[in-house]
Amino acid sequence: MSAVDLTLADALDRLARKDISAVELTEAHLEQMARHRSLNAYLVETPERALGEARASDARRAQGQAGPLDGIPLGIKDLFCTKGVETTAGSRMLENFVPTYESTVTANLWRDGAVMLGKLNMDEFAMGSSNMTSAYGPVENPWRRPGSNAKLVPGGSSGGSASAVAARMALGATGTDTGGSIRQPAAFCGIVGIKPTYGRCSRWGTIAFASSLDQAGPFARTVKDTAILLRSMSGFDRKDSTSVDMPVPDWVKDCVGNVRGMRIGIPRQYRIDGMPAEIERVWNQGAQWLRDAGAEIVEIDLPHTKYALPTYYVVAPAECSSNLARYDGVRYGHRGEGATLTELYENSRAEGFGAEVKRRIMIGTYVLSAGYYDAYYLKAQQVRALIARDFTLAFEKCDAILTPTAPSSAFAIGEKMDDPIAMYLNDVFTVPASLAGLPGISVPAGLGDDGLPLGLQILGKPFDESGVFRVAQAIEDAAGFTAKPALLAS
Amino acid sequence: MSLDTSTVAKIARLARIRVGADEQTHLAQELNHVLGWIEQLGEVDTKGVEPMTSVAPMTQRLRPDVVVLENTREDVLANAPESVAGFYVVPKVVE
Repeated sequence: MSAVDLTLADALDRLARKDISAVELTEAHLEQMARHRSLNAYLVETPERALGEARASDARRAQGQAGPLDGIPLGIKDLFCTKGVETTAGSRMLENFVPTYESTVTANLWRDGAVMLGKLNMDEFAMGSSNMTSAYGPVENPWRRPGSNAKLVPGGSSGGSASAVAARMALGATGTDTGGSIRQPAAFCGIVGIKPTYGRCSRWGTIAFASSLDQAGPFARTVKDTAILLRSMSGFDRKDSTSVDMPVPDWVKDCVGNVRGMRIGIPRQYRIDGMPAEIERVWNQGAQWLRDAGAEIVEIDLPHTKYALPTYYVVAPAECSSNLARYDGVRYGHRGEGATLTELYENSRAEGFGAEVKRRIMIGTYVLSAGYYDAYYLKAQQVRALIARDFTLAFEKCDAILTPTAPSSAFAIGEKMDDPIAMYLNDVFTVPASLAGLPGISVPAGLGDDGLPLGLQILGKPFDESGVFRVAQAIEDAAGFTAKPALLAS
Repeated sequence: MSLDTSTVAKIARLARIRVGADEQTHLAQELNHVLGWIEQLGEVDTKGVEPMTSVAPMTQRLRPDVVVLENTREDVLANAPESVAGFYVVPKVVE
């Protein structure tokens, strides 16, 4: 078995036993990155830095001072500011941006000894569900439909992160999730991804899209590996006013798959019209696995589910239009020509932003503009309160909720590009929990009729990542998902 | 309600994004398509519902009111497209 096929937990064990060095582990991943560069998952590779960090890690370990992630090579979504390393958010606007500071989440990973392999491609400013909006070209999913050469999307917005971890180009990666941007790509690429409760991970130094929704989280190939990573990423940060000052549990202890006596909710309203039979099949299968493991399956109601997407597409663009006002061509980012200051602003932003980002800024500007604020923004925040209340009431009857992660498997590059709403529907199952700030994980559950991975989503109560990990481990144990992407078979 | 090209031009001006006259019709169609879909929120009875203002119920944290000197001017200007003598450079804004 090659070093890149190890789980993160196994790699830590081998490093501890000195069966492998951090330098060897890092070199193996750098080679894999070079082999699969055509996936376009990495925007920047940092091999020299990675090897330097790996050598330092080996030295620490030799002195008995290894941290919880010491020597583990990771990829970082290009939304996290990394000091001295280009950070573009997938946008032309930030093509030459080199942060002079480090995001809290990545600083936490380096504190614990992790090694940075490079920065990962993504939808521009995290706005997209296919990685097609990146200014630096689409990312390819390492999976293919059997017998087909059609290139598939990895999902988005954290598409580079999911593709890199699935293709063994990192043991794990960071992502961010605003409406599904960790969970949907994890499902499309056959790996695990968790968005923790809003407030668990600091947002400081992570380029903002929609601040009341943005939350960082990890990708890895097993539930336990994501638990290890999330523990390092989480924690109180006084620099983020919405960071929550709560102890960070050792979630690895929850990855034992014991769900006996747990009540698992199945929301009636998630059986949407036209849901593919394979999605329903894998969902029913997941419920059966949990029943077999001793959980009780209960039907629950989330009556405002159908309004979650339109609510999201008021709230997120409104916040995006405010957050992205900072890109003015003066302080940082792309600068256009202009005889007056206003012209300079307008040209800088017209040239620097892509079509989807401009569309969302303009929708946000409109719904916040005088005369429309109450009709759109206030209304959406009221519906959002009702969506959150639906979950509060549902959690009186259950301990966790099981749903499909996405309404389909990965689609081909170029599909669903004509109609923004068709693209938005990818997030129909992930957006409601984002609006309510709840933790959610996607776990690979099996292959669909087209031979591509399908994911199941587990949602938990606020700050009950423990419950989420317990159920996720039970699904992982029962699913026994060992299929590998087509790319790795060749 | 339906956005016309003059409203698109107004939104573009508020958002400080240059939108050419030739793009306005297409953008109006796109924005109308999305806004039309959003209109379904009107079906929801929200009478008396407090709008959500905070995802997690929390009170604002206060920091001690002390002066902190952080000499970060070079860091702040490091990514400026144009700067001179410790200042950002912009086109002339006063006559």
